[in-house]
Amino acid sequence: MHLPDIEQTCTELGQRLAAYLQQNHIEQPLLVGIRTGGVWIAERLQQQLQTEDGVSTLDISFYRDDFTRHGLHPQVMGSELPDSIEDRHIILIDDVVMSGRTIRAAMNELFDYGRPASISLVCLLDIGRRELPIQPDLCGVRLELEEGQLVKLSGPQPLQLTLS
Amino acid sequence: MTTDPSQVQLTADGRLKHFLTTEGLSRELLTEILDTADSFISTQERDVKKVPLLRGKTVVNLFFENSTRTRSTFELAAKRLSADILNLDIAKSATAKGETLMDTLWNLEAMYSDMFVVRHADSGAAHFIAEHVTPNVAIINAGDGRHAHPTQAMLDMLTIRRHQGSIEGKIVAIVGDILHSRVARSQIHALRTLGAAEIRVIGPGTLLPRDIEALGCKAYYRMEDGLKDCDVIIMLRLQKERMQNALLPSEGEFFKLYGLTEEKLTYAKPDAIVMHPGPINRGVEIESNVADGPQSVILNQVSYGIAVRMAVMAMAMSGQQQERNELAEQNIEQNNEHNNEPDQEEA
Repeated sequence: MHLPDIEQTCTELGQRLAAYLQQNHIEQPLLVGIRTGGVWIAERLQQQLQTEDGVSTLDISFYRDDFTRHGLHPQVMGSELPDSIEDRHIILIDDVVMSGRTIRAAMNELFDYGRPASISLVCLLDIGRRELPIQPDLCGVRLELEEGQLVKLSGPQPLQLTLS
Repeated sequence: MTTDPSQVQLTADGRLKHFLTTEGLSRELLTEILDTADSFISTQERDVKKVPLLRGKTVVNLFFENSTRTRSTFELAAKRLSADILNLDIAKSATAKGETLMDTLWNLEAMYSDMFVVRHADSGAAHFIAEHVTPNVAIINAGDGRHAHPTQAMLDMLTIRRHQGSIEGKIVAIVGDILHSRVARSQIHALRTLGAAEIRVIGPGTLLPRDIEALGCKAYYRMEDGLKDCDVIIMLRLQKERMQNALLPSEGEFFKLYGLTEEKLTYAKPDAIVMHPGPINRGVEIESNVADGPQSVILNQVSYGIAVRMAVMAMAMSGQQQERNELAEQNIEQNNEHNNEPDQEEA
């Protein structure tokens, strides 16, 4: 399996995001990265786009639907969002989208902070295997993995993809 | 036979499944509780304070002893984790009609309860329930006799960490009736494990346990000596019933010697924080000017209490659930093996 070049994928994703924002008339987007990998990608995109607000972070540990099966993540780091996300256009960013459950949890958490004007989903990699009707608005690369195979992003310096 | 309570509260892989005592728990686990509580403080500052972690779970507050603050913060903590909570005033209900403690608990378990928050006048009550009565219900000790009050101790640790940066290296003085205080006992274990530089206890000889030095504390009989260079002062409530047992001459005398006044506060470091588990007796163990003063963090303690209780409840529920899942899997395997055995009669 050939893994994509992260630097190049991020740069292209940033360009497409800039075009997406323009197309949808979003002037002040709020970039929200999902811990941990999503935050790294969000930071890369923020550097490229130079959005007004820094990167906000979302830790979905308290919102996972598999809590009763796997328990609490040992290192809950908490979310850091601005005082109000009311009427903001949120760009929700994750490294890898698979089942869609993380995104569902993230959206549930966002709505506990307020009522955003919109949420768009951006991800570096989409590896399919969806279990919920959730699709990214922008995705760096779509990967077809073999059964049982997973891809993991490590970082933040350097960002690196590994198959397992 | 009862086993070591610190072991009863852990799963095979060392996760919390009950919370009975701070004694014997590792530094990593205590730190994990504090870190998780820190994250819950941030959710408490939002408009929507609830998170869905314990949705569908049933928590029963079982208070065999009176309490307002602890019971209501446990109730809020459970509600903010989205659990359903039942408050039972045991003193007025079943046990008063002659039902035994065990029958009450088994009935509650039969109602599919997932967690009991227990306060009891007998030392070891929560441990007994966890080990012998309802081991598949997560038990949180909300105070048992003179033994332990672990969630209070952990909220105090969180208060020190948030206001003094860390617990490691700090000099902490606990003042008042140490002998009868489950809070002090739990604090001392947690402070030791988390690396406090010095733990001092200050009070009249009649209210200090004889074996206090064995717990790693230094005993002081005068505030002037004990408060010198302290970073943290924890005042304990003077339980008035002690006066009747002739352990103390009078409230006035106690205040004169051990009551925290602005003057006595100057013995400690200038940035020392003043704590109290509540309810406070103004003018008995603490002067109003100090309780309401700039160094007091007494009300912060109450707010942190909710976050700490949320953390402990979430962690214990998750450990308990993990064990239940493993048990269920074992049962399925056993059933399968049983079904695959050749039928005796046919063979």
